[in-house]
Amino acid sequence: MEFQIIWFILWGILWAVYFMADGLDFGVGILHNFLGRNEDEKAVIRRTIGPVWDGNEVWLITAGGATFAAFPITYALMFSYLYSALLIILFALIIRGVAIEFRAKGTGTVWQMGWDLGIFIGSLIPALLFGVAFGNIFQGLPMDAQGYHGTLFSLLNLYGLLTGVLFVLLFLVHGSLWIAIKTEGSLCDRAAKLANTTWFLLLITAVTFLVYTRFATNLYTNYVSNMILMIVPVLAVLSLIGIKIFASKGSILNAFFASCITVVMVTFTGIIGLYPNLIPSSIDPQYSLTIFNSSSSPYTLKIMTVVAAIFVPVVIVYQIWTYRVFRQKVTTADILKEKESY
Amino acid sequence: MDVLALSRLQFAVTAAFHFIFVPLTLGLSILVAYMETKYVRTSDELYLKMTKFWGKLFLINFALGVVTGITMEFQFGMNWAEYSKYVGDIFGAPLAIEATVAFFLESTFIGLWIFGWNKVSKKVHAISIWLVAIATNLSALWILLANGWMQKPVGYVLRNGRAEMVDFMAMVTNPYGWFKFFHTVLSGYVVAAYFVMGISSYHLLKKKNLEFFKHSFKMATLFGFISSLLVFATGDFHAIEVARTQPTKFAAMESHWETQQAAPYHLLAFPDTANERNLIQGVSIPKGLSILAFHNGNTEVKGLKDFPKEERPPVLLTFLSFRGMVMLGMLFMLLPFIGWILSRKGNLESHTLFLRIMLYALPLPYIAAQIGWIVAEVGRQPWIVYGLLKTSDAVSKSISTGQVMASLLGFTLLYGFLAIIDIYLLTKYAKKGPDDDLSNIVRSSGTQEE
Repeated sequence: MEFQIIWFILWGILWAVYFMADGLDFGVGILHNFLGRNEDEKAVIRRTIGPVWDGNEVWLITAGGATFAAFPITYALMFSYLYSALLIILFALIIRGVAIEFRAKGTGTVWQMGWDLGIFIGSLIPALLFGVAFGNIFQGLPMDAQGYHGTLFSLLNLYGLLTGVLFVLLFLVHGSLWIAIKTEGSLCDRAAKLANTTWFLLLITAVTFLVYTRFATNLYTNYVSNMILMIVPVLAVLSLIGIKIFASKGSILNAFFASCITVVMVTFTGIIGLYPNLIPSSIDPQYSLTIFNSSSSPYTLKIMTVVAAIFVPVVIVYQIWTYRVFRQKVTTADILKEKESY
Repeated sequence: MDVLALSRLQFAVTAAFHFIFVPLTLGLSILVAYMETKYVRTSDELYLKMTKFWGKLFLINFALGVVTGITMEFQFGMNWAEYSKYVGDIFGAPLAIEATVAFFLESTFIGLWIFGWNKVSKKVHAISIWLVAIATNLSALWILLANGWMQKPVGYVLRNGRAEMVDFMAMVTNPYGWFKFFHTVLSGYVVAAYFVMGISSYHLLKKKNLEFFKHSFKMATLFGFISSLLVFATGDFHAIEVARTQPTKFAAMESHWETQQAAPYHLLAFPDTANERNLIQGVSIPKGLSILAFHNGNTEVKGLKDFPKEERPPVLLTFLSFRGMVMLGMLFMLLPFIGWILSRKGNLESHTLFLRIMLYALPLPYIAAQIGWIVAEVGRQPWIVYGLLKTSDAVSKSISTGQVMASLLGFTLLYGFLAIIDIYLLTKYAKKGPDDDLSNIVRSSGTQEE
């Protein structure tokens, strides 16, 4: 297989794992202030992602770094064309990071409310804007030999916003299932209930998205010419339904695994549809950035393949291990015990 | 200002701000890991307390290092798209490897370390902070190999209108990158040593927790002394590499205008860029500059006048930054040595003048690290990749002045805010001794703390 294709798949995997991992942090971050009824509950909610969010975020850094190394022209043009949108995502991620880390290091209403707002905004904005960005990439960006002809506001078109809402709802279901797994009692019940209700909104949005995609993008062309690929969107739909089936039976852990698969399959549904483009041009396909016209040299791709083949599995192993270390439910007693540790 | 000037200013601001946090992370991670290892080995509660006290300060700093680091990766594409297109084939690789090999390790195990006290064994817990320390330093290696490539491009050919990698090992073994790595991480150890000595001095001056802070201080003196010696030594070798590969930078560092055999070193000098000479120049050591440049007193050192004006870096800033860094570097060896002698006698707390000096010396290694980067990056101008690509050709074509002005303003406000929070939290937790029970303070104010 050509190295460009290997890296296209790897590129997809990095984004899919990023959305699966940090997506739960986004969901938890958006819900933190609303599901947590008092300081104790909020502390428990933050603690469910406390040990893992930072490692989850690195999938983004790696996805970005991999884009740079494997498809430098796409990296350069995507980041400079989407300058303002990425800047807002960046600021939001910075605020989220310090808010999670510093919220508990001070006292007083202003301090707490300020960082609570930071956690909320810092989780909602990237969730929404990553969706908007991918929605626009699916449609293609208005670019030609002269460069980019869009603005920050032209990104906020109907299909872009719909994809943004889809991401937010997906992460909300994902995050509330995570909270339900990691907590007990009334908080757990409320989180599970929320996942159940939000799921309906997600379903409506997902169906609308799938239909609208037919008209707004060329994503389905690859599926028409290669029916076997249909397995990916079919799995996305099945796992989406699976979430509801498991959740209403009360097996939250399975519902969460189903939502993991949903996030991954939704991401891949889009990415397979893009192939061989990384960013299509909405003006003329000849200006599209493809994995062939924007990639690094075969030598660089080979080196990077070796690095990825060795280290990505290692990363996955130790990250799963840390998830296992923190597999127990978080209780208020934990928070008190850890308070003495620090 | 145009897009180029604004983008340069933005990169300078964001990189300098990021590098407030990086050096302390590099050094303090090792010190904290060492403290915890001592605890695991001896079961002495003092070391546990040290781990937790210094670890808390470490974590505040670490969080800011992480979030300001994301900016750096985004910016290459956002503001320097032409650069990224031109060199991405070779420059992107070390960045991607850094994320995969080092950043994951660091970010995953810091989570385990923070929340794992009651979840894993003492040993595994200590190993996790060692992994963080190793990963941070490994991360610095890959980033500095990338930067080393910008200073001295190796292992590439110009093909398809860009620089393409043909020899990965040449980049990985680039001597310029390795000198930079050792010099930079060791300077981070000096920052950490002065940080620990400075805060310990504060408490020793207050005569509080004497045993705890005398112990911390002593540990830092040795770490600081050895590191500062090595910073100086690696700096010396690094300078030879600069003289050999970047003659314009070296000449600007020394404000050296005329090409000369057996060039003298002027202890007193001040550049007059407009007239291409030194305003003052005196107290000279014969052959000094040649020795510094090539460890050989008779060699020729190229002067700035040998190069066209448009290929020279800003002389005054490069020169002053270099002089300042070297002078501070000499001081850095002296102070921990005195501290170590005084610590051995056991009555450190009675040397109040010295302790006061150490308290106020805390920011000095930070300043040295910043001006050291000014030497490295300003001294490389007008090149973004030395001899290969000019900074003015590297900036993104599709962004507007308004966009960059807005982002620069945004960064200034956001980073200003983060700086305030950082200083507030560090001061708050540094002033609290290791025995002050935080939960008491918290409980009395009726709120809760994790």
